[in-house]
Amino acid sequence: MATNGKLSAKDYKTDQEVRWCPGCGDYAILAALQSFMPELEVPKEKIVFVSGIGCAARFPYYMETYGMHSIHGRAPAIATGLATSRPDLSVWVVTGDGDSLSIGGNHLIHALRRNVNIKILMFNNEIYGLTKGQYSPTSPLGTRTKSTPMGSLDWPFNPLSLAIGAEASFVARAIDTDRAHLTQTLRAAAAHRGSSFVEIFQNCNIYNDGAFDFVREDKENRIYLEHGKPIRFGAEGKKGVRQRTDGSVELVDVTDESELLVHNAHHVEPSAAFALSRLTQSTANATPIGIFRDVERPVYDDLMAQQIATAHAEQAGDIGALLQAGDTWTI
Amino acid sequence: MASKPVEQLDSVVIRFAGDSGDGMQLTGGRFTSETALIGNDLATYPDFPAEIRAPAGSLPGVSGFQLHFADHDILTPGDQPNVLVAMNPAALKTNLNDLPPSGILVVDKDAFTDRNLTKAGYGGNPIEDGTLESYEVHAIPLTSMTIEALKDIEGITKREAERAKNMFALGLMSWLYGRPTEGTIAFLESKFARRPEIAAANVKAFQTGYAFGETTEAFAVQYEVKPATMKPGLYRNITGNQALAYGLIAASVKSGLPLFLGAYPITPASSVLEELARHKNFGVRTFQAEDEIAAVGAALGASFGGSLGVSTSSGPGIVLKQETIGLGITLELPLVIVDVQRAGPSTGMPTKPEQADLLGVMFGRNSESPVPVIAAATPSDCFDAALEAARIAVKYRTPVFLLSDAYLANGSEPWLLPDVDAIPPIEPGFAEANGEDFQPYRRDEQTLARPWAIPGTPGLEHRIGGLEKQDVTGNVSYDPDNHDLMVRLRAQKVAGIAQDIPELEVDDPDGAEMLVLSWGGTYGSVAAAVRRVRGAGKKVAHAHLRYLNPFPRNTGEILRAYDKVLVPEINLGQLQKLVRAEFLVDATGFNLVRGIPFRAGEVADAIGAMVDS
Repeated sequence: MATNGKLSAKDYKTDQEVRWCPGCGDYAILAALQSFMPELEVPKEKIVFVSGIGCAARFPYYMETYGMHSIHGRAPAIATGLATSRPDLSVWVVTGDGDSLSIGGNHLIHALRRNVNIKILMFNNEIYGLTKGQYSPTSPLGTRTKSTPMGSLDWPFNPLSLAIGAEASFVARAIDTDRAHLTQTLRAAAAHRGSSFVEIFQNCNIYNDGAFDFVREDKENRIYLEHGKPIRFGAEGKKGVRQRTDGSVELVDVTDESELLVHNAHHVEPSAAFALSRLTQSTANATPIGIFRDVERPVYDDLMAQQIATAHAEQAGDIGALLQAGDTWTI
Repeated sequence: MASKPVEQLDSVVIRFAGDSGDGMQLTGGRFTSETALIGNDLATYPDFPAEIRAPAGSLPGVSGFQLHFADHDILTPGDQPNVLVAMNPAALKTNLNDLPPSGILVVDKDAFTDRNLTKAGYGGNPIEDGTLESYEVHAIPLTSMTIEALKDIEGITKREAERAKNMFALGLMSWLYGRPTEGTIAFLESKFARRPEIAAANVKAFQTGYAFGETTEAFAVQYEVKPATMKPGLYRNITGNQALAYGLIAASVKSGLPLFLGAYPITPASSVLEELARHKNFGVRTFQAEDEIAAVGAALGASFGGSLGVSTSSGPGIVLKQETIGLGITLELPLVIVDVQRAGPSTGMPTKPEQADLLGVMFGRNSESPVPVIAAATPSDCFDAALEAARIAVKYRTPVFLLSDAYLANGSEPWLLPDVDAIPPIEPGFAEANGEDFQPYRRDEQTLARPWAIPGTPGLEHRIGGLEKQDVTGNVSYDPDNHDLMVRLRAQKVAGIAQDIPELEVDDPDGAEMLVLSWGGTYGSVAAAVRRVRGAGKKVAHAHLRYLNPFPRNTGEILRAYDKVLVPEINLGQLQKLVRAEFLVDATGFNLVRGIPFRAGEVADAIGAMVDS
């Protein structure tokens, strides 16, 4: 019996006991996603969650859809094969900062540049949780962990800058506990045809508690991006974002709204989106939330399907004729 | 003019050797096509450097193409050439040792300049200093004769005229062995259709070379090799990689599963990717991935979605894929992994063949991770081996390794085209909801294969993963006894394939006491060696393994039936180790790891010595 999409969140719950630590941000994301799924209006047998390794990667076990919990970092590659060969499916990748930006960095950037029709949800907690608390590629310089007792030495990735630099056609950020906004972001990501990259700030209350308190707790530091509107934030929208003449952006106290950067998520050029991605806790003690970039670009799966259709229209495959092509002789 | 006397030969081995830029592969390929059309049996061995264009005239830049053709069935490209065409001093230097005394040597006299001689490390000019007096030398000014012949063709540069010298040489050899010319002329006209002046130049060079053979006094006789008596039917010439690609397409057609190839360019496997990319009209999806890991990952993802997932590579890429193959083993999904073996370790000698990945594909993953292994025996056998690998992968829901090598990949032979209608179908047998509670690891009692329930099938939503699974349900399980059971079930499933593959056949017409056991791409050399040993009046049996895991069910019985067992391999004894461990037989190895195929003669010597021992 094909499902008709008229389902509720509980239809997406599996019989498996959820095994994240109590208080983990993953619970909120799971609940948001299970609630959002019926709205997707895709029969649940056509939905697939693919993950790699890490805490976030347990996600597919808890979603009553098709799912694969694969190996470390490789989910985007596996999902690329699945989505490319099955354009009828809704394919979601759930990954973490270690899984997607360290061991799987190569697959992530290539999936984004190809614009494969997959939805990548990257739970960023700036730490390795499942291996018990080593620093990750998004941990700030100097992060003290068991593997870096004197502080980490490597400069972190800014995931959104990386995704924009990798030619991503849809780039967004959400916060685990901001359910309404997270759902809204998931909705836009699902509607986008091509690769969608969504960074979700996710609190690891065991190994890196409070990493995102500057926006999770202090909502005034959230810069909500709305397409077509001047970027304002803070109490009563008194603060705003202004673009400097060199293209970078800065925070200002709003005196004249016309000075502010008007957010254009559909701009062909990614420069302004990139500039916005540079507003972080360390540079601005505030950071944008929402859709940074949402542009249309040819989708890898569609292009491949078109080539196959074109080749098939020219001449349908005939194995006997294939073998006999070229020089043959009879004995 | 009166034609020259024609001398009959039963077989000829010719080798074209020149600079990488001299077009030797093209020349050899054309001579092969001409020879195939005559109906000779043939086998070829292209031997080229990994460097695309090493410095002109240098020793590392030499590219060769050897062709063996005969009026009877042959098994190898030949141990030594009877005729060597050397386009420059470097080609002469690197190939002369293989030419037996009184062999025919054709050289381009114009290329033997002081500069080229120095590059090749010659102190003097071998054409003039007596070095070559034990050979039948034809020092012909190929370059200047070609340029002279093309002087009236407008629109080509001197350099372009000079580049046609390979066609002059081909024309000369085509005359010498009475090859038909129409095919090559048509080929050149088609290949250079966009530049008719280049086509005209090459055709003219080819015809001039042919005419030169007819008229020159240097060649007193023309040779003829009559067609071989071969099984009746329609034939074509085919290389291993081409046959392998066709086999994968055939498997897709016969199973109704769309073919998905994930690949990353790597010598000597790339031509499978290139070939498959040309056949999108069969619904073939070729995905050139960002790396070897993504290539196999995408193939596995496609398999999960109901495609025939395939990933092709060579040794250095295979090691990168092993983690994903391990995932495929525990997910129990169909997947075909092709290893076109090359000489290693590490980058090794990328264009040269070896058989040293056997233990790696058998055991090169973490934990107990059994995988069926099939090895192709000849270039055309790559077609059947690919079909068989796909059949086993689909039926048993398992990754399957298909081994080829650089010799099979590029070597060619005539192929009696199979009746495609007679190829049995491969049944994917996708799971459907039947009202019962779906259990993703409930196995088929006979094959032990689990259901293949693809996304899109209503009611069968389920999750699989790399964590150990509970028997039947597939739920994550850390139960000790369950793990032991699952390890054994996965092993039993693969071992049970022995009941579904042919028994090992032994070629033993005389009741020998010694068995030669070979596998993979050495089939031709070893079978030819066995013939020679028998020709010398000695008794020897030969068995060739296509299935390396599991072994055919009668393998132990056969091995134990002989007093002596010799295992020739282009490695240091990998199959030898396996059969010793599995069957407790005192198998002896014959091992040469030089990055070249075995010569039948050296294998025959080893067999002969062991028969006598």
